[in-house]
Amino acid sequence: MTGGLTPSQTVGPFLEIGLPWPDGPFVVPEDTPGAITITGLVFDGAGAPVTDALVETWQADPDGRFAHPDDPRGAARLGFRGFGRCPTGPDGSYLIVTLKPGALPSPDGGTEAPHLDVSVFARGLLDRVVTRVYFPDEAQANAADPVLASIAEPARVATLIARPDPDPARLRFDIHLQGDQETVFFDV
Amino acid sequence: MAVHPPAGSGLVVPGYERPSGVHPPLDFAGYRSTALRAPHRPLVLLPHRLTEITGPLLGAERVTPADADLTTQHAGEPQGQRIIVAGRVLDGDGRPVPDTLVEIWQPNAAGRYRHRVDNHPAPLDPNFTGAGRCLTDSDGRYRFITIKPGSYPWQNHPNAWRPAHIHFSLFGRAFTQRLVTQMFFPGDPLFFQDPIFNSVPEEARGRLISRFDLGLTVPEWALGYTWDIVLRGRGATAFENQDGDR
Repeated sequence: MTGGLTPSQTVGPFLEIGLPWPDGPFVVPEDTPGAITITGLVFDGAGAPVTDALVETWQADPDGRFAHPDDPRGAARLGFRGFGRCPTGPDGSYLIVTLKPGALPSPDGGTEAPHLDVSVFARGLLDRVVTRVYFPDEAQANAADPVLASIAEPARVATLIARPDPDPARLRFDIHLQGDQETVFFDV
Repeated sequence: MAVHPPAGSGLVVPGYERPSGVHPPLDFAGYRSTALRAPHRPLVLLPHRLTEITGPLLGAERVTPADADLTTQHAGEPQGQRIIVAGRVLDGDGRPVPDTLVEIWQPNAAGRYRHRVDNHPAPLDPNFTGAGRCLTDSDGRYRFITIKPGSYPWQNHPNAWRPAHIHFSLFGRAFTQRLVTQMFFPGDPLFFQDPIFNSVPEEARGRLISRFDLGLTVPEWALGYTWDIVLRGRGATAFENQDGDR
């Protein structure tokens, strides 16, 4: 037991009233040089798109820094929000427009490959579920990443790596809450 | 340029406590919507590294003082019992969480959400949207003016009704502290049959219930309900510093 912490509850089906922001999906404006779009669908265990979810992302800037007092190295560039949020649409899709993050030093001495932390909230999820997006053009860094290395079933690592798109500025990252293709979710 | 420090370079980051006996299980049969949405595979333990111990510090630019008053967003006043909901956002170490964004949403006094998929045959209120936001002050305090939300039926089980509640979303200072939850009202007769409320371990359930507060109540005007929210505190450093060099 942990003393006094407030329990989680589901966002329910009406999160759209309170949580989306007009600029939520745009970690950076679309016309920012180097901007990439990460897009995908959220699926339930029956393979149906989840049309009432909220996807949130948090990430380092392209230099691998965070504008946050607990990053002892400090921000390398000003004004990078690092945070994205997008409700899924009637087809279950979301999109996040951002810059690719840099690699990160890990306190245990290794290096984390570029990644975004992702939270998914939805009706039927009593607590958020957390996953990560990694990049398909970082095979070497991904192979050395301590989080990916910690996944007991190597076949499931693929669920965390975005898929390339014919458009080099787009990446596809589907989230399967359940089923044969269930995405790896983390206990944070 | 990415940063690639050598092993044992002395990067020291805080870790956050890992709750146990606090949050509901993801798979909870009584709440039917979990059946196709709760992951079935075990979660993979994620030690807290830089991405987890930092988080968006979203602030002043997103919030105006008017956003904390849900009763003045339209031409007229909404129907219902005017209430003040206030409290502190703290971390598990008892420290206030200042300057953090608090977002709320709720149905109107008749138990109807202003949302296209809410087909409960109760009236919409042209003077009530049901969304608010504010930033905590330097002491972690927040305060909303709203109306008491109504209870409403849902399809989870026969004659299912949700206890009156307000949805809360909190960021804290780190990705690990992110929390979305619901605040309930004392003495609600619907608690016993609500699987969402009862999904929380019994000893932690009461933390979701606000307290009627005569001190917060404004004479001749509005009832006060106090509700403190406690986010995860910092635990031990997640990784030992190899060379002891800070």
